[in-house]
Amino acid sequence: MKKQLVYKRFNRFWHWTQSALIFFLGLTGFEIHGSLTFFGFENAVHYHNNAAIGFIVLIVFAIFWHFTTGEWKQYLPTAANLREQIAYYLDGIFRNAPHPTQKTALSKLNPLQRLVYLGLKILVIPVMVMSGLLYMYYRYPQSYGIESIRIFDLGTVAVLHTIGAFALVSFVIVHLYLITTGHTITSNLKAMVTGYEELEDEKH
Amino acid sequence: MKKSLIIFSIIAVFLLVAIILQATKPYVPHPVADLKLKYSKKHVPSVDHSKLAALQVKFSTPQQVTEACNSCHTERHKEVMKSSHWNWSREEYIPGRGIRTIGKKNVLNNFCIGTQSNEQSCAKCHIGFGMANPDFSYDDPSYVDCMACHDNSGKYKKATEQGGAPDPSVNLNEIAQHVGQPLRSNCGTCHFYGGGGNNVKHGDLEMSMFDPTKDVDVHMASDGVDLQCTACHVTKNHVMAGKVYSLSSMNRNRSTCEQCHTDRPHTNDVINQHTVKVACQTCHIPVYAKVNATKMSWDWSTAGRLRNGEPYNEEDADGNHAYMSIKGSFVWQKNVEPEYAWFNGTANHYLLGDKVDTNEVIRINSFNGSYEDRDSKIIPVKIHRARQIYDPVTKMLIQPKLFAPEKGDGAFWKDFNWNTAAAAGMKEAHLPYSGQYTFVNTEMYWPINHMVSKKEKSVECTECHTRDNGRLAALKGFYMPGRDYNAGVELFGKVLIVLSLLGVIGHAAVRFAAHKKRK
Ligand code: HEM
Repeated sequence: MKKQLVYKRFNRFWHWTQSALIFFLGLTGFEIHGSLTFFGFENAVHYHNNAAIGFIVLIVFAIFWHFTTGEWKQYLPTAANLREQIAYYLDGIFRNAPHPTQKTALSKLNPLQRLVYLGLKILVIPVMVMSGLLYMYYRYPQSYGIESIRIFDLGTVAVLHTIGAFALVSFVIVHLYLITTGHTITSNLKAMVTGYEELEDEKH
Repeated sequence: MKKSLIIFSIIAVFLLVAIILQATKPYVPHPVADLKLKYSKKHVPSVDHSKLAALQVKFSTPQQVTEACNSCHTERHKEVMKSSHWNWSREEYIPGRGIRTIGKKNVLNNFCIGTQSNEQSCAKCHIGFGMANPDFSYDDPSYVDCMACHDNSGKYKKATEQGGAPDPSVNLNEIAQHVGQPLRSNCGTCHFYGGGGNNVKHGDLEMSMFDPTKDVDVHMASDGVDLQCTACHVTKNHVMAGKVYSLSSMNRNRSTCEQCHTDRPHTNDVINQHTVKVACQTCHIPVYAKVNATKMSWDWSTAGRLRNGEPYNEEDADGNHAYMSIKGSFVWQKNVEPEYAWFNGTANHYLLGDKVDTNEVIRINSFNGSYEDRDSKIIPVKIHRARQIYDPVTKMLIQPKLFAPEKGDGAFWKDFNWNTAAAAGMKEAHLPYSGQYTFVNTEMYWPINHMVSKKEKSVECTECHTRDNGRLAALKGFYMPGRDYNAGVELFGKVLIVLSLLGVIGHAAVRFAAHKKRK
């Protein structure tokens, strides 16, 4: 076992800012949606809109980071070990069996994580950003009389945005729990905070 | 680890706070203070009419006053005689029906129904004299009544049922020497009492507005900028901006909030974006009829009950007529929340003689507009609902003859017989009457534009953006955040969250139990 830097500084910054923003966007978003009352409707709209801009800025930086560092390759899906990983969560974990996928600094995601995070990156987040931006700006073509891009039906935009929001809430619930399934209950959390994790020596 | 944890939480908190504090776009709307300054300057007249020789001559008839006015203002009466205030009608283009001359002469309402055959009493609010005279003509300038609108002494009044003549008690010379620009007291004398009593019709225009407080109307408040009607209903050559859609159809020459306030009057741009679809009045007039009740419904079908052969009246708890033998039953309400409608500035009307089916409520006037229509906005309205007389054979709403000086002319208010009143009224309107009548439900829309509240009293976001019973609950066909959602998605979302929670809790429980067992 050796202490290794798994999550570099930007990686951690990005992760924690994103989690705060998604939490905040969810809270304010569902207030707008009418599911809860917390900030007051007007504030919720105001905060949600501003947090969304912050989120988009962060995403731009993150995309840049993923490509310049080559980190994007970590999210390429793989079928290898997929079955074993599922079996682990359904069975092995209860018997204290070893993790089927070895975590290394160059491959820190197991095949299930790869799939889910890729789904977030190329489906859920883009849907949220696109529908969110349309939600914000759909009035402009209308008020300036640009017929070709007039959006008649805010409903479709809003419903897509809502579906994405529910998906994110569900993701967050499961994600929070899965934090505890590392080597020890807190090892994953510690790793994302400090960047370092005790990893088994790579087999060559 | 502790150190980076602290750094990260500080960054995260900092970011969140920055987001929350980040002010909206640095947009500065046109300041209301400028408007206040501009409009609190009082008009200083350039002429003192009490010093004019022509007005010292003793007047014995109101026509002589008009002549005296015209001796200096030589062309003004011609402007007046082109106006709808004089003609009680104007040419309007009604979408789908073409150009029609419409006005009090051929449009019905669901209050006193119509002016046809009732001119004698209606003329109390005509800016002319002598509607009762057999030789009355809309082309005769001597019948123009300048005093009705220009008396600034507050002492002018018209006699009841005398075709528009001044009350015999009026000192014509005194009035003529105290004329000026129209005041609320001039306009209000007619417009506050439309329908035969205070606040019967509009709901947002009534006698408290002779001298309103800021709570009643921020614009006209005597303790505020004290605007007179013509401040907004800007008048040029006796043509006023703004008109009411009980009689108008076209989107022209309107008097709008935006003319002073612009369409981006708020510092918060999200609220400014509302002006694409929501009229200013919708949020800024949360209630109307703030001081005195307005008539919300009128059931003519109960009219005509007599006690010992005599008509009688009954009052409700607030002292408003609840029943009158001559008119039927009424419901009055105070502090009314408006209803809301899409409106693009054009309206349709039931015109005297139109044939309509009674499957649905008959619209006396209807506003055109929809969410899809770019020119439409949501406006607040008073909807006056009535049951009124209708001919099931000709399928026409009936214009009954109501008023006559004596019994025997068929007038309902003297003879209390619907059949003869219907026959006499339709005959004078040159329309057929089958001899059968019934009562049908009708609706008439009155846009609410006055009684603007202080900004602190504006409608709150969640009065509309709320799941149930919001102010706009009745307006369908578009998505409004906070009110609308897709029921399927809602169910899907809830199920997804519950399943995630159950899955996580179940998994954790099994893990915990297995862990215990291993020990
Ligand atoms: C860049 C990303 C995002 C943008 C641009 C965005 C933008 C918006 C906008 C403009 C609205 C409507 C606010 C209004 O009524 O004016 C909205 C509503 C909402 N947002 Fe977002 N949002 C984003 C991300 C998120 C995320 C990450 C979540 C949840 C975790 C979320 C959840 C919601 C919900 C639930 C609503 C209410 C939808 C409705 O009931 O119609 N949003 N969003």
